Order: sequence, then structure tokens, then C-alpha cells
Amino acid sequence: MTFFFEVLVNGLMTGIMYSLVGLGFALIFKASDVFNMAQGAMSLFASLALYGFLEQYMHLPLWLALLCTVAVMTIWAYAIVFVVLKPLVNRPPLMLFMATFGVTYLMEGIGQSIYGTQAKGLNLGIPDNTYEVAGIFISSFDLFFTAVAAVLVVGLVWFFQKTRNGRALRAVSDDHEAALCVGIPLLKAWTITWIVAGVVATVAGVAWGTRLGVQYSLSFIALKALPVLIIGGIDSITGVIIAGLIVGAGENLGEVFIGPYVGGGIQTFFPYLLALLVLYFKPYGLFGKEIIERV
Amino acid sequence: MNEKPEPLLRAEDIHISFGGLKALDGVSLEIYPGELMAIIGPNGAGKTTMLNILNGFYKPDKGRIIFEGKERPRHMKPNHVAAQGIARTFQNLALFTGMSVLGNIMIGRTMMMHSNLFSQALYWRFSQKEEIEHREAVEKIIDFLQIENIRKTPASMLPYGLRKRVELARALASEPKLLLLDEPMAGMNLEEKEDIARFVLDANEELGYTIALIEHDMGVVMDICDRIVVLDFGKKIAEGTPEEIKANPEVIRAYLGTAGG
Repeated sequence: MTFFFEVLVNGLMTGIMYSLVGLGFALIFKASDVFNMAQGAMSLFASLALYGFLEQYMHLPLWLALLCTVAVMTIWAYAIVFVVLKPLVNRPPLMLFMATFGVTYLMEGIGQSIYGTQAKGLNLGIPDNTYEVAGIFISSFDLFFTAVAAVLVVGLVWFFQKTRNGRALRAVSDDHEAALCVGIPLLKAWTITWIVAGVVATVAGVAWGTRLGVQYSLSFIALKALPVLIIGGIDSITGVIIAGLIVGAGENLGEVFIGPYVGGGIQTFFPYLLALLVLYFKPYGLFGKEIIERV
Repeated sequence: MNEKPEPLLRAEDIHISFGGLKALDGVSLEIYPGELMAIIGPNGAGKTTMLNILNGFYKPDKGRIIFEGKERPRHMKPNHVAAQGIARTFQNLALFTGMSVLGNIMIGRTMMMHSNLFSQALYWRFSQKEEIEHREAVEKIIDFLQIENIRKTPASMLPYGLRKRVELARALASEPKLLLLDEPMAGMNLEEKEDIARFVLDANEELGYTIALIEHDMGVVMDICDRIVVLDFGKKIAEGTPEEIKANPEVIRAYLGTAGG
């Protein structure tokens, strides 16, 4: 039984990372109806930039490097909104989706030309000790990022529920035209959303980068986020966070307890299997808003 | 009626066409400060198009809009028009359904709040004080429209009539210089219509708002409005007091005659 909980807890820790990536998707989807394929690439670029500021080009102290990384992601947010999205306003969602695909390749390309193609080890000096809590082994590294993710989520909830800008962003995500009519500037709202998504991507990218090294496969965690979004319901922030945990726990438990019967290696597709099941019973996700359209 | 003050808003010779259809063909109209005026006309006359132009959703092909004596740039965006002090409601409701009634009305107040994201983080106390002040103003509007009991209800749970009232509250919350209402009484029963008519009239007479509304229901319009502009097939065919409009043979032909009153 202890073993079960150990696998579960480890899965949940991975799940938090999935939640973070999913969160970035959900934020942008809610605010601008764009399914942002570049969310993974944003995480990648953030971790590359951090590596650049910390080790490759400069040797800034960690806090300054993080600040600079967020600044870089802010520049990306402005560039994406004003260069890519603004000319495509009112075009079909598919076009916007494809445009974010383009952004993915652009980010990867620029990342490669600035930072090179080798995988890099990102060391933030977070101790990686293992503690035993009630018979379960937990790494301090995982705990640290769990805490960071929790703070981030609480901060986001506060931002969206309690601040004027957050309220304006919720209004934009609810009804673009009505938001315009009460005087909310759409492009500014989108830019803020993309900046917030950039910050989320930074946290996710840094967490993944420190754990697995900064490498280009990082931009594929976007694919891990897909089942998360389907299970949680893409328009629900809470849903995405919970779904991330479900996917993390599910793939770990599945691998350990079901894997041996089918020859193992089910970790990669188990989340999709879960997502299919959810789609079958709840097409809008566990927490998604059911859309009933008038014909 | 003869000596009119300077109009609050003047639309001059507005033309717009969609494809081959001339939705508005040289319409001019004025809205005077403090008045309650209506734009009426049969289906497809161009009423909502006119409103969309006044509020910046559509750019006219030709024509000028002068607000408070200043000509508006041709490509002014709706959010800038709103910032100038023109609020509107929609024919098909456009409430923020994910939010409570209070949240919706607070959003209407967005433009009047000055603290931005950074000051919100840095001077939290200040923005909180600001929030409380605006909340008080919003409560007055809630009081005025008698929606106290649904304050915390999610907008998506409300029946149609109440939603319209909340939309009016959201528009009033921005304390607009000009309030545009797109069919505020459409789809309502008689009782609801009378309620909304009373609120619109009170907003005009007691609170002093300048209001331009579009309406299908001739009866209500005749009862509450100071002045009426009649559109038909994208052209202005008449303008005047309700009595003048009632007696105008052109209007009777275009509107009352065919619609059966």
C-alpha cells in the first residue's frame, strides 16, 4: 500500500507540471479563443532564455535572470499579439491555430540560433534531497516546485477574481463585443493574457528544464497538455489544474500497475486513453461549460 | 422646439453598404443633450446599423460623426467610443454570463477606475479604497433598477427580462454622456415592457441621462420619447415629436400602414 501511495504522490508531482502547461493553454483560450500550440515552445524558450542569462552568455544572479526571462516573454507576448494575432482578428479559429503553429517553429528556430542545439543542464541550486514522510519518499525538488506552482495558481485566482484587470480579462473571455462596448481595449487585454501565459510558461519551463535538462523536446510537453485540456475542459481553470493531477497520477499508476500486464510503456498514451473515456461521457470535460447553441 | 441647443451628437450624411445593399443612404440625425429620443422604423430600415455606427462597430463608408462639438476620427474603435462616454446595450443580450450581476455592473465601471495592474499590486490599499467607492456608486444603480435581490446571482441564471435590466445597469454604471439602447423592450411581455419603460424614463428625467433608443413597439415609444426619427430602407423619412410622427402620412405608409399599427 505504501508503494501505491508513493507512485501516486510521484504522479501528482508530475501532474502539477502538466497542470501548469495546461493552465497556460486555458488562459489564452479563454481570453482570445486561440488554441495556442506555442505554449510548449514558450516554456522551452523561457528555459533557454534563463539558461542564457544564468550561464551561457551572462552570469546574472538568479533573481535578475528570472526577471530578465519574464521580460523576454513579455516581449514575445507583445510580438505575438501585435504582429501575429492583430492582423488575423475575426478570422476563423483554425487560422489562428495555424498561426500559433508558426510561432512554435519561429520560437524553436530563434532559440536554436541564439542558444545552440545541445541539451543543457539547468541548475538553480535547489537541493534534491529525498525525505521520508509517513513511509513515502518525496524529493525536496518536487516539493519546491509544487509549492511554486501552488503560489502561482493562488496568485492567478486572486488576479482574475479580485483585481480590476482580472475582471476585465474575464469580461473579454466572456464576450468580446460587449467588452469593447464597456471600453475594454481588446488588444491590451490580450497582451496582458499572453504575458500571464508567458509567466506560467516560464515557471513550467524552468521546472521541467531543471528536472530533465533544457532540450528541444520540451516543446512537446504541449502534447502532454492536450489530454489535460480534454479531461478538464478547456475553459475551466480549476478543471485544468485538477485534470493535470489526474493525468500525472493516472499515467504513473497506469505504468506501474497496468503496464506489466501489457508489456509496459503505456505511460505515453495512457493520458489519451483517459481523455477518450472522458470525451465519451462528458464531451465538454469534467469541469467545462456546456455550450448549448441556439439553432 | 424651435431654439435647440448645440447637439450632443450629430451624425452627418452617413452612408454604409454591405455588399450591394445600401443599409444607410445619407442619414443625418442629431441627439440633443438631456433628451430621450427614439429611432424607429420597420424591419431592415437600418436602425441597428445606425447604432453600430454611432458606437464604432461599423465604419461608415461616408459621413461624419461629431460628438460634443468634435469630429470623431473615422476609424475610432468601440472601446475608445466607450471611453468618450457613449454606452450601449444590445438587442441580443450581451451580458458576461460567467459573472454575477454585481460583477457585470462593476465591469461597466471599468473605465472610471484609475488604478492599473502595477498600482494594484503596489498600492493595494489605494485600489481597494477605489473599489469601495465604485462599489457604492454601483449599489445606487442596483437600487435604482430594483435588482437588489439578484445582486450575487450569476447572470446566466437570470430570466430574459431581468437580464435586459442588468444590461441597462451595466450601461448606466459607466455614467455615460450618451446612452444607446438597442430594442430595450424586445421580446418582453407588457408588464416587463412597462417596467423597463419606467426605468428608461426615470434615467432620463431623474438622473438626467441623454438616451437614444431603437424600438419596434410604437406604443411605448410614443408614450415616453421627446423626439422620434423614422428610418425606412436606409433613409430618414421623418423626424419630430410623437404627435407629428403619428400624423405624418409618409410614416403611416411606410410603417404603420404595412405593419398594421
